Amino acid sequence: MRESPSSAVHAGALVTRADWMVLASWIKLRSRVLDLGCGDGQLLRHLQQTRQVSGYGIEIEPTRVVSAVRHGVNVLQMNLETGLSGFDDRSFDTVILSQTLQAMRHTEAILREMLRVGHEGIVTFPNFGFWKNRLQVLGGVMPKSQAMPYEWFDTPNIHLCTLQDFEALCSRIGARVVQRLVMGAQGTPVGLFPNLRGSLAIYRIQPQ
Amino acid sequence: MAESVGAVTPQRLHCPEPLLLACGVPLAHFDLVYETYGVLNAQRSNAILICHALSGTHHVAGHYAGQPRSSGWWDNMVGPGKPVDTNRFFVIGVNNLGGCDGSTGPSSLDPATGHPYGPHFPFVTVEDWVRAQARLADHLQIARFAAVMGGSLGGMQALQWSLTYPERLRHAIVIAAAPNLSAQNIGFNEVARQAITTDPDFYGGNYYARGVIPERGLRLARMLGHITYLSDDAMMEKFGRDLLANAPHFSLDVEFEIESYLRYQGKKFSERFDANTYLIMTKALDYFDPALAHGGHLSKALARARADFLVVSFTSDWRFSPARSREIVKALLDNGLAVSYAEIDSSQGHDAFLMENPDYFAVMQAYLTRVFEALPHA
Repeated sequence: MRESPSSAVHAGALVTRADWMVLASWIKLRSRVLDLGCGDGQLLRHLQQTRQVSGYGIEIEPTRVVSAVRHGVNVLQMNLETGLSGFDDRSFDTVILSQTLQAMRHTEAILREMLRVGHEGIVTFPNFGFWKNRLQVLGGVMPKSQAMPYEWFDTPNIHLCTLQDFEALCSRIGARVVQRLVMGAQGTPVGLFPNLRGSLAIYRIQPQ
Repeated sequence: MAESVGAVTPQRLHCPEPLLLACGVPLAHFDLVYETYGVLNAQRSNAILICHALSGTHHVAGHYAGQPRSSGWWDNMVGPGKPVDTNRFFVIGVNNLGGCDGSTGPSSLDPATGHPYGPHFPFVTVEDWVRAQARLADHLQIARFAAVMGGSLGGMQALQWSLTYPERLRHAIVIAAAPNLSAQNIGFNEVARQAITTDPDFYGGNYYARGVIPERGLRLARMLGHITYLSDDAMMEKFGRDLLANAPHFSLDVEFEIESYLRYQGKKFSERFDANTYLIMTKALDYFDPALAHGGHLSKALARARADFLVVSFTSDWRFSPARSREIVKALLDNGLAVSYAEIDSSQGHDAFLMENPDYFAVMQAYLTRVFEALPHA
């Protein structure tokens, strides 16, 4: 098997690469990292190469597990929806949820679990509040974009949210936002009106 | 369809140095029968050892000349272009100590007496097997295996290799295994052993001299084993409630397809397998428990390991369930060791590790490609 296409959840190559670079810069050198929903393992491989992390990925979908194995990362085939009961408290420096949150059924549970297992969590997700999405809704259709390339009837994304929504959930579960970076559609950082201009959000959160 | 390795010939290694077994008995000398497939590279770095399960043999792949139906037990996994690719790897299959397919075991002649060892053959453990296999590795001048792998009891040997000789393998591939047997598992083994030892033809294990074998006991043991190797679903799918005839006969003869299948499997097994070997092999399974010496802490037991791991389980395997494999994974994680874990969706039960399954074979292929690409080439 050659280079497999990027996993469906890690869609949008431009945005994805830019968010990886930010994400990598937030990861301590040689730290222990757990990547929830690691897809084909390319992010984890990137972190191994650039940050020398000791990393493990969790993935449920068989063909992505195979791709992750092929990409030389440690992948564990497990269902995130049932929690991380096999992992001890504080057993990882950083737990990553890269473009997976919106596809999870038990959204709140997984955020709690990542902050139990890790000293901190990094969450990235497409911002539903992005102006182009709002415009499409105003125009009467469900939004499609580089970050959310699916038809409404055929999308793995079941829990889409805006920056405001996510931050509200964080305070609800007692998570502190330590750092936040919001990107526009071209992968450039957005300062003003992030909930409107941001296409993708990257949060670093810690337990209170 | 990938090809087979073709015609193969078993080889015999005589080990003249004594081996002190875990039970305290020294085995003065012993023979191991083995087969190899593929070519050992100049750096001697591409060897893979395949450990067999309870009733397996050294005949892993290929067939014997003139016997086209004598395919090895893992011929679908091992061969040119197959996941364990013999174009890349030098693959070794070995019959375990205590076996009945050529390696020294209870049915071998004890040179001291000129009679079969029979019930006097010492109990062997998984670690004893690993130490014996290391003699074969020494003989073949393999300092370090690219991988040691196996399913079920074979997976336990791969795990034990990583503990007994941490520096002698780069990868351990542990399939459909468990860190030890559950009480239920030991219970099944004990019923199988009782079936054999209470057979009137067992004669306390000295049946060889009388020209008989405890055939009924062996059949029952195998029938019971087969039920536990399959899942309820797999059995229902394969046999259902189908009758051989159109209607019930109200008799104790074979009526249901499943009865016919189990009797056939039992008969076939009793014709090829030695009862004393079955007894000591099941005891080796029962005794396997690397955590025991570490207060039951598997994580502490695995702290010695240096290999990278691939752990594989099958969803419908209730003999060694995925939960047992996850215990191994957890202990490896606790030690920060490299591990990948695949939980393969299958309805085939424990036997799934022997069967072709696209997800299973894709993971094996991907992992072994990684093993190959990381080989030290001069």
